[in-house]
Amino acid sequence: MTTPIPTEDKRLFAYPQDRSCPWQPSSGYRELGERGPLHRVRLWDGKSIWMVTGHAQARRLLADPRMSADRSRDDFPAVLPRLDAPIFKPIAIIGFDPPVHDIHRRMLAPDFSLKQVRALRGSVEELTGKLVDDMLRKGPPAELIEDYALPIPSMVISELLGVPYDDHAFFEAKTVGLLQAKSAQDAEAAGRALWDYLDELITAKEREPGGEGVLSRLVGRVDEDGDLTREDLLRIALALLLGGHDTTSQMIALGVVTLLEHPHQLAALRADPGVLPAAVDELLRMVSVTDVSGVRVATEDIEIDGYVIRAGEGVLVSSSMTNRDPEVFPDPYRFDVHRAGGRNAASGRHHLTFGFGIHQCLGQNLARMELEVAFAVLFDRIPDLRLAVPLDGLPTRSGGTMQGVHTLPVEW
Amino acid sequence: MKVTADRRRCMAAGHCAISAPTVFDHGEDGLVVVLDADPGEDAREAVETAEDLCPSRAIAVETAGTERVPAR
Ligand code: HEM
Ligand code: SF4
Repeated sequence: MTTPIPTEDKRLFAYPQDRSCPWQPSSGYRELGERGPLHRVRLWDGKSIWMVTGHAQARRLLADPRMSADRSRDDFPAVLPRLDAPIFKPIAIIGFDPPVHDIHRRMLAPDFSLKQVRALRGSVEELTGKLVDDMLRKGPPAELIEDYALPIPSMVISELLGVPYDDHAFFEAKTVGLLQAKSAQDAEAAGRALWDYLDELITAKEREPGGEGVLSRLVGRVDEDGDLTREDLLRIALALLLGGHDTTSQMIALGVVTLLEHPHQLAALRADPGVLPAAVDELLRMVSVTDVSGVRVATEDIEIDGYVIRAGEGVLVSSSMTNRDPEVFPDPYRFDVHRAGGRNAASGRHHLTFGFGIHQCLGQNLARMELEVAFAVLFDRIPDLRLAVPLDGLPTRSGGTMQGVHTLPVEW
Repeated sequence: MKVTADRRRCMAAGHCAISAPTVFDHGEDGLVVVLDADPGEDAREAVETAEDLCPSRAIAVETAGTERVPAR
């Protein structure tokens, strides 16, 4: 009964809460969202922060230069125990403010540009087709994460970075170990293993310069007194390897589940392949796979719509809830591949699944392309795909972190 | 309508070239390039979508009426 939490805080909403359905937030989040755009919530360590559920407020705050993403600051909130691990502070790009953020992000921009992504599409279609060939050859049932959802982004990011795909079992397991760790110690152990692995890989690239991939290119730019130190490069490699596959693989998995559970929407998508890009953004909105658009700390007092965020206070933007703000998305809990209607092709991109402001996801166009190819090829080649277990039997990840399923048994 | 894009703010998210491909493109560095700085009114919805989606507030649209476009 004697907890260090002040009485007032006990009445606060406890963050995070688990989903009860793979693509919908908990009813607790829903009630919170109905109460207004900003809320005080209580974290695991007894500290309280702001949770933003209003779309307009989230965009304003995430684009506000007074909000810092610097995870090495003492006042930066650790919203989950694992985020207290030293490996996360400072995590490259995502955890830096300008000017360092902008310098590193621009170094990577050419590799993740729309043009680059379009050029990669053919090879992604080819590898995806081969994965389906293998599944069909083995016959049902299949475990869709291992056989399809994970190898696609994992192969793509390995190829792009120049990390040997042969090591995939290792880096995939350590990534899940880092991102799903229940404690800071476990996260640190998994993160250090990845760090040491990348350190060796970069050493090899230093010995043999001129190889393929982003990391080889950046090895040539390392300058201990300049904009990219060797340690910066290692941090960037870690961030890209982490950011590049778990998110996208779980988005493929939960996207498949969502489509299978909405057969009319899946039929609409099949009937008109032109809606594919809009359908992918609608899935990104619904599933909100990271659950969170971003975490920041205010460096000055910020007034927003009658609320005052004090300097030093933490702010968490919920993508699951801002993506269900009825001001922007009418009937927000409904999954509708035609939501963008006849409007501009890009209008479905208003969701905050990739964040907003200068930190908006670097890999978003790559992720969108992978998702388009993954859904199109799978449902084209295996039209009678279905879950091999009941929906409520799927082993789901807990709240507040990367959402997803541990396994996804399917048959046809 | 007059359209400008600030390359110092651009984070290469690519929304502009998707929303309004006749008005925006990207350079080799991945950053925004304005193809048509004075598009016709028929491009308005597309350009405004790009302005609205741009996460780093790099795109500005000068609307006739709020700002008088000088005669060339
Ligand atoms: C469906 C897949 C993905 C989702 C939902 C997603 C989500 C996000 C979100 C919400 C942010 C912003 C975080 C913040 O503001 O604090 C972000 C940033 C980032 N993402 Fe992604 N991501 C995905 C795929 C990828 C891929 C494929 C890569 C490729 C390497 C990637 C690399 C990054 C990087 C480097 C950042 C930091 C950008 C910056 O700070 O400027 N992500 N992502
Ligand atoms: S939308 Fe904005 S950030 Fe993205 S490429 Fe265009 S100008 Fe740059």
